[in-house]
Amino acid sequence: MRVAQRLRTSLREDPGGAAFLALLAGAALVVVVLNRVVSGSSPLHLSTYALTLIGKYLCYATLALAVDLIWGYCGILSLGHAAFFALGGYAMGMYLMRQIGPRGVYGHPVLPDFMVFLNWQKLPWFWLGFNHFWFALVMMALVPAAVAFVFGWLAFRARVTGVYLSIMTQALSYALMLAFFRNDMGFGGNNGFTDFKDILGFDLHEDSTRVVLLVATAAALAATYLACRAIVGSRAGRVIRAIRDAESRTRFLGYRVDSYKLWVFVFSAVVAGVAGALYVPQVGIINPSEFAPINSIEVVIWVAVGGRGTLFGAAAGAVLVNYAKTFFTGALPEVWLYALGALFVLVTLFLPRGLMGLISRLRHARGGDDAVFLTISTPQSRVGVSVGSKAR
Amino acid sequence: MRRLLSLLLAAVIVASPALGQSQDDGFLAAIGELREASFQDKERIVERLSESGHASARPVLAAWLDDRLYVRPRDQKIFIVKSTDDSLASFDLVDPVSLKDAGSGTRDDLTKIGTNNHLRRQLKIAVARFDLSSSDTNVRLAAVQQMLRALDEPSIALLRKRIGLETDAAVKAEIETGLALVALDDSDPKVRLDGIAVLAHRLRPDVRNRLASLLEKSADGSFTEGDAGVRKAAAAAVRTIDRRRALYSGVETLFFGLSLGSVLVLIAIGLAITFGVMGVINMAHGELMMLGAYTVYVVQLAMPNHIGASVLVAIPTAFLVAGVAGVVLERTIIRFLYGRPLETLLATFGVSLVLQQLVRSIFSANNRAVETPAWMSGTLQLNEALAITFNRLYIVIFTMIVFAVVLIVLKHTRLGLDIRAVSQNRAMARAMGVRSEWVDAMTFGLGSGIAGVAGVALSQLTNVGPNLGQSYIIDSFMVVVFGGVGNLWGTLIGGMSMGIVNKLLEPYAGAVLGKIFVLVALILFIQRRPRGLFPQVGRAAEAQ
Repeated sequence: MRVAQRLRTSLREDPGGAAFLALLAGAALVVVVLNRVVSGSSPLHLSTYALTLIGKYLCYATLALAVDLIWGYCGILSLGHAAFFALGGYAMGMYLMRQIGPRGVYGHPVLPDFMVFLNWQKLPWFWLGFNHFWFALVMMALVPAAVAFVFGWLAFRARVTGVYLSIMTQALSYALMLAFFRNDMGFGGNNGFTDFKDILGFDLHEDSTRVVLLVATAAALAATYLACRAIVGSRAGRVIRAIRDAESRTRFLGYRVDSYKLWVFVFSAVVAGVAGALYVPQVGIINPSEFAPINSIEVVIWVAVGGRGTLFGAAAGAVLVNYAKTFFTGALPEVWLYALGALFVLVTLFLPRGLMGLISRLRHARGGDDAVFLTISTPQSRVGVSVGSKAR
Repeated sequence: MRRLLSLLLAAVIVASPALGQSQDDGFLAAIGELREASFQDKERIVERLSESGHASARPVLAAWLDDRLYVRPRDQKIFIVKSTDDSLASFDLVDPVSLKDAGSGTRDDLTKIGTNNHLRRQLKIAVARFDLSSSDTNVRLAAVQQMLRALDEPSIALLRKRIGLETDAAVKAEIETGLALVALDDSDPKVRLDGIAVLAHRLRPDVRNRLASLLEKSADGSFTEGDAGVRKAAAAAVRTIDRRRALYSGVETLFFGLSLGSVLVLIAIGLAITFGVMGVINMAHGELMMLGAYTVYVVQLAMPNHIGASVLVAIPTAFLVAGVAGVVLERTIIRFLYGRPLETLLATFGVSLVLQQLVRSIFSANNRAVETPAWMSGTLQLNEALAITFNRLYIVIFTMIVFAVVLIVLKHTRLGLDIRAVSQNRAMARAMGVRSEWVDAMTFGLGSGIAGVAGVALSQLTNVGPNLGQSYIIDSFMVVVFGGVGNLWGTLIGGMSMGIVNKLLEPYAGAVLGKIFVLVALILFIQRRPRGLFPQVGRAAEAQ
């Protein structure tokens, strides 16, 4: 009861978030109804393909929340979140591969197809346990968390900050990508995992399974949003923002900056891992290209477009940019990279606070109530340290 | 005595055109007899031809050895056939005396002048004798190598005779190796020991294996080599060879590492300027290299007949193309983002996507074929165990030149002075009358131009395609961060050591795993020394 009570108060203080959650719930409901209740012949019917696509966007939105928390609120520009996303995805993929069982092309009772193909005799030790769903659930959070913990523990303690940290996270995900590309790693090499059959006994190709997955993703997104909101609204959240705006000053005030950063980083990695785990059963494939450094940078642009430091802005940015990507790559494939590139440039030059910043500015111009947005993102919040010549 | 006479005769003949005519006649007559000669007659004719001193003697004998000497029964003329490839419809004929083209003939028109094993051995020796007395060292060396492949008594005798006359060290060493290998089969242990003494100074794997075979035991447990002293000498020789080969393979690995390191340094120098000096995270750096690589392609399209010079023309062109692109980039986007490095990262990443798509639109998404000039291919054989390819050597030299030029520009020119002044204290530099905006544009242009020059080098090493830049961007950032931002020497040492470590790891871990190790090691290194190998000290560093 107390949780519900606190939820209600926090949402009252956060009308934007309440609107976002309501919109999310409404959208999920409409999508489900349009897919399941409206008959296939009706023009209002939503195909399962579109349903899956929306599920994918929601996974991306969850990932964007993770990046917004760490970048928008803590000022750590991580270019490695696609790696955490992919690690979660691989954990889910391993469970799904084990679920195939003897139904693979080679019909081996235990080994996945690619291992039979590579002449492996028995399951490597790190695959043990992945036949249990609960184990995969633990791993999809634990593995990204462990990687983030080790990396963050080393990096934050050594006070690697700003650009250096970004480049290091990028190197981390690049190294992971190279590693997962190797056949000897036991993760399917180039091809990764695909041809999944079912999850928890439900056929992945069934529409009803897809609908459940979509609802689960929407629920995960909502839960992530509430968790992030709770973090940034707490006392710790204020410290985290203080670290973003003046790291040294926060340290001198006696806060353990490294621990705060480390825990936000780990939490954010877990969120990314969960998003990846939800993503894999819906798109039906996971391979090492998910680790590609460009993916991490794309996530950052979703957040920048939506408006960093606004949570729901980041989620909206993820959905908008990805909808544009789907549209352009379908209709005008050669224009997409121009559009995405221009988006990067224009947003950084003209919309430093993203679409949310634009909306708040418009509302401000009309004399509307701007309090919500101003408390969330202050114009002075320049992110990261500067190694620039002007600073010297 | 007869040979001496005929040699003397030949000298006189060559000196006089009238007599040259008669020499041709004699040569032709000797060849003419081949038509109906028995094998014994043929052996005598081989001798006569070899001693004739005629310029065409070697080609005729070599053609005969290859079964390319034919007689045309229709007019009883003898011809050399250029090629007896089965796929040819007709044979191209060459006149055996003048060695000029003599039309063509069908397979049915011609009858081969046959050989037997004995005759072929004689022909081989005769041809080898010609080659061994050639004035061209390469011909002599090839002849010796050819003979060593299948040694028989007459060849050994010929080689023994030759070794006293040979003046070239390489040919002489080759002959000595061959004779020493022969000596290993001698019945006298002392001769065998002498052979081993010579072979101990060689590096070739076949020599080493031959020596090692002396130490093996045959099936019944006895040594194949009976003499204990010889075995001991052979064991010592094998050890010596192994040690020296290990040393040279170490040198080779080091060189591979240096050449990989040079590539890393080359791709990082431009970034060391834009990132290190200006603090701009230029994610489009890789695409500026890509522009440089495409410049080579376009230059080669423009001058298809001068591929050798095209690369040299492309270097300044690529500098200009990428440099201008850099200046435009700086003036339109980056100047609004100074002091916000993470935002330059995002904006320049957008630029990199646009540039990639731009070359896809102009040049298609496929890789473009860039030709390698002839002077860049080939190897420099330093000794039997160590060969260096020219393109690797040139890349090392090129990197050093580029590095030196950049260093000189930064330390000894007015522009360099301005660049350093602005990067150390912008406000003060402006107060002293430095046009900081112009310096910013020029600095970024310089860094971008160097990226273009690096692209020229990359065009010779890798595929020229829209993804060229992406595959190098992470490496170049790693080099700059590892070496220490704002320090060119750090970039040089950082890049070189990364290259060498990578190549040292490769034999044990494989290329990909080696690279992963290097990346992980770098990540750990940065935790220990967050400012790289050579951090900036003093107030400039504090301000960061």
